[in-house]
Amino acid sequence: MNNRGSILHYFLICFFFLFVLFLYGPILTILILSFQGPNGGLTFPLNGLSFHWFIKLWEGASVVDIWSAFRRSIVLGIVVMIITVILSVCAGLAFRRPFRGSNIIFYVTITSLIIPSIVVSLGIALEFRIMDNITKFFGKSFEIDWINSNFQTTLNMFSSGLGAQLTWTLPFGFLIMIGVFNRFNPSYEEAARDLGATNWQAFKEIVLPLIAPSLIGVALFGFTLSYDELARSFQVMGATNTLPLSLKGLTTTVTTPVIYALGSITTLFSFFVIALCLFLVFILRRRKLNLSKKA
Amino acid sequence: MNMVFKFSKSLKFDWLIIPYSAVFLFFFIVPVTLVVIVSFWDYTEYSIIPDFIFLNYIEIFEDCFNLEKDLCVTLKTYWSTLVYCFLTWIFTILIGFTIAYFLAFHVSSLSLQIVLFLICTIPFWTSNVIRMISWIPLLGRNGLINQILISSGLVSEPQEWLMYSGFSVVLAFVHLYTLFMIVPIFNSMIKIDKSLIEAASDSGANRWQTLWQVIIPLSKPGIVIGSIFVITIVMGDFITIGIMGGQQIASVGKIINVQMNYLQFPAAAANAVILIFTTLLIIWGMTKMIDIRKEL
Repeated sequence: MNNRGSILHYFLICFFFLFVLFLYGPILTILILSFQGPNGGLTFPLNGLSFHWFIKLWEGASVVDIWSAFRRSIVLGIVVMIITVILSVCAGLAFRRPFRGSNIIFYVTITSLIIPSIVVSLGIALEFRIMDNITKFFGKSFEIDWINSNFQTTLNMFSSGLGAQLTWTLPFGFLIMIGVFNRFNPSYEEAARDLGATNWQAFKEIVLPLIAPSLIGVALFGFTLSYDELARSFQVMGATNTLPLSLKGLTTTVTTPVIYALGSITTLFSFFVIALCLFLVFILRRRKLNLSKKA
Repeated sequence: MNMVFKFSKSLKFDWLIIPYSAVFLFFFIVPVTLVVIVSFWDYTEYSIIPDFIFLNYIEIFEDCFNLEKDLCVTLKTYWSTLVYCFLTWIFTILIGFTIAYFLAFHVSSLSLQIVLFLICTIPFWTSNVIRMISWIPLLGRNGLINQILISSGLVSEPQEWLMYSGFSVVLAFVHLYTLFMIVPIFNSMIKIDKSLIEAASDSGANRWQTLWQVIIPLSKPGIVIGSIFVITIVMGDFITIGIMGGQQIASVGKIINVQMNYLQFPAAAANAVILIFTTLLIIWGMTKMIDIRKEL
């Protein structure tokens, strides 16, 4: 089927172009408007060009503690990323051979991906609330001072918050790894073992380098999905706020271009992370290609 | 030698699944089970009380069987959520299919295909909240669209329905979630054997016939997976509807969220159970058509 030169072909090119405009247009307007002059408002026209709102944001004048929220989100994102990569690889390795219960785990993963996030949030909030109640009851019945005077809640960014985000990032990592191992040729690894390599050696020397580009993909999903995650962790972050939570609060309270400045910075940060990952994938792929050429 | 080979063949990696399963047990299975259990509990203003009552469910449907009144709040909310679902589904499927079709059949170079695909994917890795509020300068009361409409003389007053309305909610859903259609449909399409399409055109099928009788049936798994994603996200949403609807539009997710804020956990749980049931029903209907596991 020759597609070139037909009317349909040009229509599809235009359609794709419009779709890209639709995807990136709004974020571009935010980027432009964050350079709004000091007297400018939330909409066009630009009232001069300045860094006024970035400076405002930096001083933290109108925005409560946004930088610690930013820091927290990055730290949580990194933790989620590391756990997502390790557990997804382990799960992928286990899934190369069917085992008892593998079907159940597969369907639980799919369910976790498509269950409404608010339900997960509610469930985890309940679970930790009940654990709180049990702890407090325990403290009272056995008169444990520490619990009675200090204990507040088990809800925390790194307990319930982390867990809630993992139920969202792990399915992506898992499905990517299943796809990777479905296409993976086990003979290299078997050859290594035949030559006397231990399981760990075979994994470290053979499997890991071969799947490395995909691992960066998993890491990218782990970090960015956690960094922007809101629906699942909304009710279970405890006393702390992550960046998306603060951002959502700001949508109703802030009425100056400060929020655009913040939006531009967080988006540019996301772009930076994405570019870094894509660059790493590119490098690894090329190295792999060069190696296979030499061989 | 043969022994060693056999040994390596039967290597057991089962235990590697333990940490992964533990996360899902503790943060998914137990919590969802608790939602179901607690939906039968009682509550006061400040605590939840273990019990086995149906009151939470009865309260949800209280006015629904009174035929003289209008639709009850619950059914109204579900109806409006379903309408948003349907509209979002239609638009994401039309746009997603067209984009995937373009990428799969009209871009011949692999590297260009990867680049264009990444262009579609990158926004998915950025903040949803930012992507929502980025519509304000375009659609707001004094936004770019209204400025253009007024200065061109097409309308005399700013159009209020552009932002904080059902329109902006659906627009944001399409903006955020069309990718969930593109990826699985594209994935199904690149698996289609090109010779099938050639065979169709050799046998005299025109483009339209090839599309309807070859490409669409073979892309069905992707279409179904994408639909499941989009529908479940919209069914449980409360953030997009909240921000883009200006906190004026009801949704099932929002009801649950508000009840949680008031610590009415058992009531929220009962609503969540009904929500799960509704979404599972929709998904069940769709998975009847395909086997997800074959699609990876």
